Amino acid sequence: MTTTTLTTTPSSGSVEADLRHVRVVSRKPAIAYVVVVALLALLLALAPREGDTNFRFSAESDAIRIPDVSVPGMTVAWICVALTAVIALAAVALLRVHRSAPLWMSAVFALVGFVAFLSWAGAGSDRDFPVTRLVGGAVLLAVPLVFGALGGVIGERAGVVNIAIESQLLAGAFFAAVVGSLTKNPFAGLFAAILAGMLVALLLGVFAISYRVDQVIVGVVLNVLVIGLTSFLYSEVLVPQAQRLNETVRFTPLRIPVLAEIPVLGPALFNQSLVVYLMYIAVPVVWFALYRTRWGLRVRSVGEHPKAADTVGIKVERTRYRAVLIAGGVVGIGGAFYTVVSVSSFGKEMTAGAGYIALAAVIFGKWDPVRAAFAALLFGFASNLEGALSVVGAPVPSQFMLMLPYVVTLLAVAGLVGRSRAPAADGVAYVKE
Amino acid sequence: MKLELRDITKRFGPLVANDHISLTVEPGEIHCLLGENGAGKSTLMNVLYGLYTADEGEVLLDGEVQHFRGPGDAMAAGIGMVHQHFMLIPVFTVAENVMLGNEPTHGAGRLDIDAARAKVREIADRFGFHVDPDAVVEDLPVGVQQRIEIIKALSRDAKVLIFDEPTAVLTPQETDELMAIMRQLKASGAAIVFITHKLREVREVADRITVIRRGAVVGEATPDMSDAELAAMMVGRQVELTVRKDEPRHTDALLEVSDLEVTDARGAVLVDKVSFTVRGGEVLVVAGVQGNGQTELAEALLGLQANVSGSIRLDGTEIVGRSVRDILNLGVGFVPEDRNVDGLVGDFTVAENLMLDRLSGPPFVTGGMIRLGTRDDFAAKAVEEFDVRTQGIHEPVSRLSGGNQQKVVLARELSRDLRLLVACQPTRGVDVGSIEFIHKRIVETRDAGVPVVVVSTELDEAVGLGDRILVMYRGRVVGIVPSTTPRDVLGLMMAGVPAEEAAA
Ligand SMILES: Nc1ncnc2c1ncn2[C@@H]1O[C@H](COP(=O)(O)OP(=O)(O)OP(=O)(O)O)[C@@H](O)[C@H]1O
Ligand SMILES: [Mg+2]
Repeated sequence: MTTTTLTTTPSSGSVEADLRHVRVVSRKPAIAYVVVVALLALLLALAPREGDTNFRFSAESDAIRIPDVSVPGMTVAWICVALTAVIALAAVALLRVHRSAPLWMSAVFALVGFVAFLSWAGAGSDRDFPVTRLVGGAVLLAVPLVFGALGGVIGERAGVVNIAIESQLLAGAFFAAVVGSLTKNPFAGLFAAILAGMLVALLLGVFAISYRVDQVIVGVVLNVLVIGLTSFLYSEVLVPQAQRLNETVRFTPLRIPVLAEIPVLGPALFNQSLVVYLMYIAVPVVWFALYRTRWGLRVRSVGEHPKAADTVGIKVERTRYRAVLIAGGVVGIGGAFYTVVSVSSFGKEMTAGAGYIALAAVIFGKWDPVRAAFAALLFGFASNLEGALSVVGAPVPSQFMLMLPYVVTLLAVAGLVGRSRAPAADGVAYVKE
Repeated sequence: MKLELRDITKRFGPLVANDHISLTVEPGEIHCLLGENGAGKSTLMNVLYGLYTADEGEVLLDGEVQHFRGPGDAMAAGIGMVHQHFMLIPVFTVAENVMLGNEPTHGAGRLDIDAARAKVREIADRFGFHVDPDAVVEDLPVGVQQRIEIIKALSRDAKVLIFDEPTAVLTPQETDELMAIMRQLKASGAAIVFITHKLREVREVADRITVIRRGAVVGEATPDMSDAELAAMMVGRQVELTVRKDEPRHTDALLEVSDLEVTDARGAVLVDKVSFTVRGGEVLVVAGVQGNGQTELAEALLGLQANVSGSIRLDGTEIVGRSVRDILNLGVGFVPEDRNVDGLVGDFTVAENLMLDRLSGPPFVTGGMIRLGTRDDFAAKAVEEFDVRTQGIHEPVSRLSGGNQQKVVLARELSRDLRLLVACQPTRGVDVGSIEFIHKRIVETRDAGVPVVVVSTELDEAVGLGDRILVMYRGRVVGIVPSTTPRDVLGLMMAGVPAEEAAA
């Protein structure tokens, strides 16, 4: 056997740079555009409406007032549809020269399409479209979703799938209601909600991490369990003693000077209660913690490749436990929203599936806290539309409007979001040899 | 630091993977462990690194008994390990991987990325190689990934370094560089344990050699022993180290590939207008430095690549655009490059893995049901024939040693009626005895009149096994030459120099 020495040695450097490249085009945006244009046109053609649409941008009390805008509804709607059609055509034309539609095009498309829809929906109504409320309501509806999604992101980044977000929200809402009522102190309620979320998380941890029960199954069982328990306690304990146990004092809105004066957005975003401000802080904090701290690096490592983490001396189970508990606490804050911010009492199954939507936001947001929060906002926005449309008496059946958040997700995921990749060890228990 | 292992015994159920093994490694010494697949080398190293707890025996560092409860303890004591399967987090950057578990912070848990980057650069500079601390690990070639493993160990001031088959995935040039690094480490006083199946490497760097067979030490060897002597000591019999094959008896061109082009999702052309033919009864070796499109070419032959244009004709049938199942049913055998990812289902048993691609009909499946008896008979025969070292056909395949897993894949693919065999790195991580066997089986397949395509980064294998050699560089064919071509010409071609120029 001879040894080989190579005179000119091929290096294993960047092969990629030397390769010929061809342009990859994605057809998805163009297809999504065409579908949406067709649907919008169909809607306008089949259900035409008469009259003007009024958009209101500020309330009487605002410091800076923007005048209301009144436009002929159907005309504007058709113009907007025409615009979206132009964008769709442009995207198709781009495809022909082997280019895909840029992201800003999708943003413009979404905005124009949305205006078309609103103009049609509000046409002929004697009520104004409260644009500020459209935004503010969306933020409010999104609060539990955002906290739920943040908790989901933390858990899954550590490799534990948290289907139990729903039950953590519900447990948080329940305990915030009881403790908040007993103490007549919303802070105590908030604190109790955090503990309740962590308690559910602890159960999840024991079964999923220590006993390696399938994480999805544990999550579903926990959801059923908590729904059952809270419903039972609600009718057996809370209802008979509603005054003592189920009547909280809510957080009062805090108006932030200056910021609250910004037209349209100011009143919507900066005249809210403490929990909403907590949400604004929580999103960047979670991002920072995950990507810029030792804790976050370790959490992500056990979610991606627990064995590798183990070989550098990281305690996989302990890291996962801690992450799951923290996640539970975060979700708990979202639960408190229901009973010490939104309304002042607990109701049976009042979270109504928000936990599952939060779970969708986690995936839609590609397991990133900021994206997931925006996804949750989008859901909040879509759910809020329902309320706004019924104010102006839009002719859309409410059942259809309830579908909207899901339709929006489907379109957005299919048309805009690229392939998303879960943490590699997500949902996989770590077994040491 | 001086490392001493005393009477280490490790059992997995009834199997004694390490049977009273004792070993001493002095500072400034490279100590090679030689042994067949499944001899217990990795197990011993995992005990040393705290990943497994020994049933008996003790580990001593500088004369002091150590009690490792986990790899963290071993690391703190100054032991670093470059694993057979890299322990890197693919989506992390180089700096993140290096600092994980030992993170510099600004206080309050905030990562000091700059310090981590500086550390990577400092260690890389010390050994004269370049690594971008901000590159994401999964985008890097394996050779570079391995250096990150080394940097990782050194960043923790490891004084004892374990290399478990580090060269199995390296190109010849990367191997040479690794040897140089190992010598440097040795000069700085580290104690090094080096595991490899390549005897040439052993002779090149080893100071002392310990041979292990079936869990026990069978003796010490010296670097001046010949390959044949080393191989015999390891396997316990004489081993044929060169491939023995007769002149090919060609039939017609059965595999015709023309203008084949494969692009990835980002538009990089990985296989660029490749054309070649393989006749029945002929082995064509696709050679080249890892990552120049050979893998993608092979995968395209099985229909595993998404963006493929051009034509692949097997016996006149066009197979571009067909499903993998169709292609398998046409009689294409495929040995994937990474057995853990594409070749085996780790949690399935040996028997289940052996019938994995034959679930669509007889003899193993009738009426939608698996015939367990037929399967087990077949599995028992295959295990026997391919000498797979396992505790039984019902053992999960993930528990087998690396080389034995490879034999399971080969046993499955070679025991079908084939009309084409595509094998990627068929002998990667396989011991000399098994290489002999695998090569023999591939030659038998060829002699049965089947066209064979072998992807290999090993020059020895390319020259020994191939009838013709196709050299790829940056996705393109540099040339197709007979296997009698001198090695240095092949080496130049692998660096992209056209055949005529290289020969000149
Ligand atoms: N976790 C485990 N459970 C059961 N058996 C195991 C386990 N790990 C290894 N073994 C068995 O122990 C034996 C020694 O395996 P080991 O991985 O140490 O071999 P090796 O010498 O490193 O071989 P190779 O050269 O193929 O890597 C093998 O028979 C293997 O099947
Ligand atoms: Mg091994």
